[in-house]
Amino acid sequence: MSRARRKAAASAGAPGRVRKALATHWYAWTMVAPVVLVIGVIIGYPLVRGLYLSLTDANEANVERNIGMNHIPATYRFTGLDNYTEILGDGVFWSRLGWTVVWTVACVGLTFAIGLTLANLLNRKLRGRTFYRLALILPWAIPAFVSVFTWRLLYNEKNGLLNKLLAGGGIDAVPWLNDPTWAKLSVIAVNVWLGVPFMLVALLGGLQSIPGELYEAAEMDGAGAWQRFRNITLPSLRGVSSTVILLSTIWTFNMFPVIYLLTRGGPGDATEILVTYAYRLSFVDSPRDFSGSAAWGVLILLLLSMIAVVYRRSLRKQGEVW
Amino acid sequence: MRRGMVTTALVAGLAMAATACGGGGGGGDQQSGGELSGTVTFWDTSNDAEKATYKKLAEDFEKEHPKVDVKYVSVPFGDANAKFKNAAGGGAGAPDVMRTEVAWVADFANLGYLAPLDDTPALDNPGDYLPQALGSTRFKDKTYAVPQVTDTLGLFYNKRLLKEAGVEVPKTFAELSAAAKKIKDKTGATALYLRGDDPYWFLPYLYGEGGNMVDARDKIVEIDDDAGVKAFKAIKDLVDSKAAVTDATDGQENQLKALKDGSVAMAVSGPWDIEGVRAGKEFKDKKNLGVAPVPGGSASQGSPQGGWNLSVYAGSKNLQASYAFVKYMSSAKVQQQTTEKLSLLPTRKSVYELPSVKNNEMVGFFKPAVDKAVQRPWIAEGNSLFEPIKVQMNKVLTGAATPEQAAKAVGDSYRKILKDYK
Repeated sequence: MSRARRKAAASAGAPGRVRKALATHWYAWTMVAPVVLVIGVIIGYPLVRGLYLSLTDANEANVERNIGMNHIPATYRFTGLDNYTEILGDGVFWSRLGWTVVWTVACVGLTFAIGLTLANLLNRKLRGRTFYRLALILPWAIPAFVSVFTWRLLYNEKNGLLNKLLAGGGIDAVPWLNDPTWAKLSVIAVNVWLGVPFMLVALLGGLQSIPGELYEAAEMDGAGAWQRFRNITLPSLRGVSSTVILLSTIWTFNMFPVIYLLTRGGPGDATEILVTYAYRLSFVDSPRDFSGSAAWGVLILLLLSMIAVVYRRSLRKQGEVW
Repeated sequence: MRRGMVTTALVAGLAMAATACGGGGGGGDQQSGGELSGTVTFWDTSNDAEKATYKKLAEDFEKEHPKVDVKYVSVPFGDANAKFKNAAGGGAGAPDVMRTEVAWVADFANLGYLAPLDDTPALDNPGDYLPQALGSTRFKDKTYAVPQVTDTLGLFYNKRLLKEAGVEVPKTFAELSAAAKKIKDKTGATALYLRGDDPYWFLPYLYGEGGNMVDARDKIVEIDDDAGVKAFKAIKDLVDSKAAVTDATDGQENQLKALKDGSVAMAVSGPWDIEGVRAGKEFKDKKNLGVAPVPGGSASQGSPQGGWNLSVYAGSKNLQASYAFVKYMSSAKVQQQTTEKLSLLPTRKSVYELPSVKNNEMVGFFKPAVDKAVQRPWIAEGNSLFEPIKVQMNKVLTGAATPEQAAKAVGDSYRKILKDYK
């Protein structure tokens, strides 16, 4: 076959394939098209726009606007990677990243451990099981900001319920949100409280899909409760737990409401994670720094994508298809 | 999960479309006959003790202009700045008139969100306004707001507790510190509640040491010089010596409660808290509340000039009605009513001549204080200068930073915000 003919065949083949695909799946494509369009407009466009803005020096004062009698022309410039070098060269980013990692690991680890324990307890046959399940899932049904404000009332150093209880036991008031270390523990506690129901439900589902025969057989072979847990429950749960751990890592990494509503990142900047810090930089100062905030957003997205890829790869190494 | 996302996306899309369409409403304006009509949306930022009075006053405007519909919206002070910026910058949902904090005017005007009010009916008899109050309404030679109330910080004190302890009202923070032990021993109360959560409350300490945030005329950052360091040290010493209690969150509620219950003898606050404090059990006898000038530091005495202005959104569909509403809300009559009901300080010289205002005890104290209050730099970035102070005063109070480190850190962030400052 000469080169020209091969080229012609290839170019003839391409539209053919597309047409064939369209012919077989046209129905699916029509059904999906509106969704693709909406996602493209709502997620794709802002993402691309954000990427572009992060390479400029755009802020609230120099983007184009028409407000009644006032017209403000666009005067921002393309500045390349300046925003990124500035952020990465600043100690603030790295110190916040350190605490964000501690916060994420602590929250995910604790919610998983507590969720797994509770799920195991609830997987037994016991009286009033439905009641316990409902009670444990309830925190999930309450909007996060309501829970957080409730906790804030409880934590209030001078008038909060927690310190009143401690005072009853003769213990000095704990500066829950007014001391850097206590504040860190307090925000983690709230996030764990909010996160456990999700873990519980997911893991309970996983537990119930494990066939009872496995446990029976193990028991016949004389395996103890701990051995059964380690060798049957944990491996069988791997599919579910790897998914929920990844999801929960991503959520916790970006858990804006808990920190912002509970401490506003304080005292000082002790509990500030990357997203709340980005918020403080971009929305508290004036004029609002659109380009800087876009660059922070892109960096956070990159970090999370990296975590997901590394995590998936390590699972695949363990033989998990996911 | 995925299905959830798609639904959210669809809902968000529809919501966006709906708000985009909704922005055009409002309609109506001055009719040919000269009678005002249409809707004026008013965002009020007054606090819980004040808002009922403001709502009623705003709605009374409809009696004078029956064809104008005033939509009163109460917006919490803490959210108002961000909420207005979101709405104004996004081009939908901004109010026609907003009660704007004095430090926000230059910021909003700089971004093009406010309508200039020179030569409009809104700026009625400007010669009658106190010059300090008028200062915050001007930006780049134009007037962008009209003063509504003015205020400054004062020292609220519980007369009974001070009397029981046998101490005088302190004139400096050093005197307060010295009296603290007596107050604690004789009454069980702590001497002072120190707002550690709000940077505005740092200013009396800064001014008291002879410092300032920035020198806007010569473009110099001043907060990181000696006076700034001393100011951070002053708050730290008050808390460490147990002369004061503080919080990093919920300071407004905690301070009010502590003062009302008599668990602290003194607190620094402004006229906006008078009504709230008087609702407490310690102040059932209204005479038990005393107000004195904010104590001074080692160098001088000073408290920041605050207050609220009324501004008109440049994109308002109803400019004429909005101007008339602003004129009404800042009129002598309305100012007189807010003083009688809430003890707030008027911004018009003529109102101070009225007997009911003249004889108001709180006005009697706060008026001379306001006359001497320190004007803040009315620059576009003025409001941004507070966040760095907040972070650092938190750090100093919790021992996470020394006063020197704190002052330096605030100075550094100021130079980032104000790029052409030294």
